[in-house]
Amino acid sequence: MPHDHLSPSGHPYRPDQDHPLTYWQQMEIALRELLIEKGVTTAAEIQSQIEAMDARTPANGAAVVARAWTDPSFREALMADASEATRGMGFDIGPMRLIAVENTAEVHNMIVCTLCSCYPRNLLGLPPDWYKSRAYRSRTVREPRKVLAEFGVELPPGTTVRVHDSTADMRYIVIPARPAGTEGLDAAALAALVTRDSMIGTGLPRQP
Amino acid sequence: MAERVRVSTRMPIGHVRTPAYLRGKTGVIERTLGPFPDPERLAYGQEAQKFPLRRVRFTMAEVWGDQAETPDDTLDAEIYEHWLERVE
Amino acid sequence: MDKVETGRRWHDMGGDAAGPVPDAQHDFALWEKRVDALMVLCSGKGHFTVDGLRRVLEDMGEEAFETMTYYERWIASVSQNLVEAGVITQSELATRMEEVAARGPTYGEASGG
Repeated sequence: MPHDHLSPSGHPYRPDQDHPLTYWQQMEIALRELLIEKGVTTAAEIQSQIEAMDARTPANGAAVVARAWTDPSFREALMADASEATRGMGFDIGPMRLIAVENTAEVHNMIVCTLCSCYPRNLLGLPPDWYKSRAYRSRTVREPRKVLAEFGVELPPGTTVRVHDSTADMRYIVIPARPAGTEGLDAAALAALVTRDSMIGTGLPRQP
Repeated sequence: MAERVRVSTRMPIGHVRTPAYLRGKTGVIERTLGPFPDPERLAYGQEAQKFPLRRVRFTMAEVWGDQAETPDDTLDAEIYEHWLERVE
Repeated sequence: MDKVETGRRWHDMGGDAAGPVPDAQHDFALWEKRVDALMVLCSGKGHFTVDGLRRVLEDMGEEAFETMTYYERWIASVSQNLVEAGVITQSELATRMEEVAARGPTYGEASGG
């Protein structure tokens, strides 16, 4: 069975159900059971939390970007208060606050968290492994252009790079520049061009 | 004119949210947020005083000196008020 | 600059030299999603804060960062914070872990599905 260990997205699963139980898995099971018995949480609450987590994907962020590209008053509200503007679309960031930063012909923004791995999970889902890596966390604040080159991003001459180190209570989403030749596209077609990495600043939107 | 601030050089033990590479560096306040409770107290389960949180913009030249990859590129970070001093 | 000499801590890594950004990617297993859910629920209910989660992750040290997976470190930190908050005790956690291990050799058997 060649596909046993691939998920629907084609990535290998972490060792799970049919592998030997690890010490840390024992701890997860034991802690979960104790918290349910003590009435801190319930099995249903844990399950619905996991479902909510699985439902949060970069498609949320892409919908925000596409709306910012097509609706000038939304774009203005987003740049003024991104937490409030995205909450209006149903993407509640909870206790954190959101800042949207916009790429233009002159400025390219890029997000990192050098101290841990803060990430706008409500708009982009769980962070990719590379975002949490020592290499990305260490190098992005010192040599962002070299890091961008590793992601295949070449910026036109004259572009200023703005790195944002997510050190405290804010989370960030990059609003990439709208690709040329997309004037006739509606918001749904535009959203399909917006990649996860383009909203972290390590990529650019797809061309139509 | 934008307000100039310098990040404290102090190096305490324990949980803090001011990165070492920015300590002693001078930048301008990009915007003010909060106030938010002090993470240095929250981390230990204590009552926390709230502080304004400043987004401070530094040039790469200020942060890395001669080693800067591109001197005019910028770095923004959120720094709590009690880590900042005003610079004339 | 030497981190110990300056008081700089291991997790405070902005500006360090490091190799290429890795491109390997894994989806998360069910047990890892459960760890994430427990963190969100317990912090949301006020038993501890994300700052407490980070504080323990930092105090676990660089070796833990290099040798344990992301959610292994998280379950250690969540458990530690809940012990500190008085929600669970070390001995009830340890006793229950032994009971869990006695149920079977795989995660599926030990977690009862």
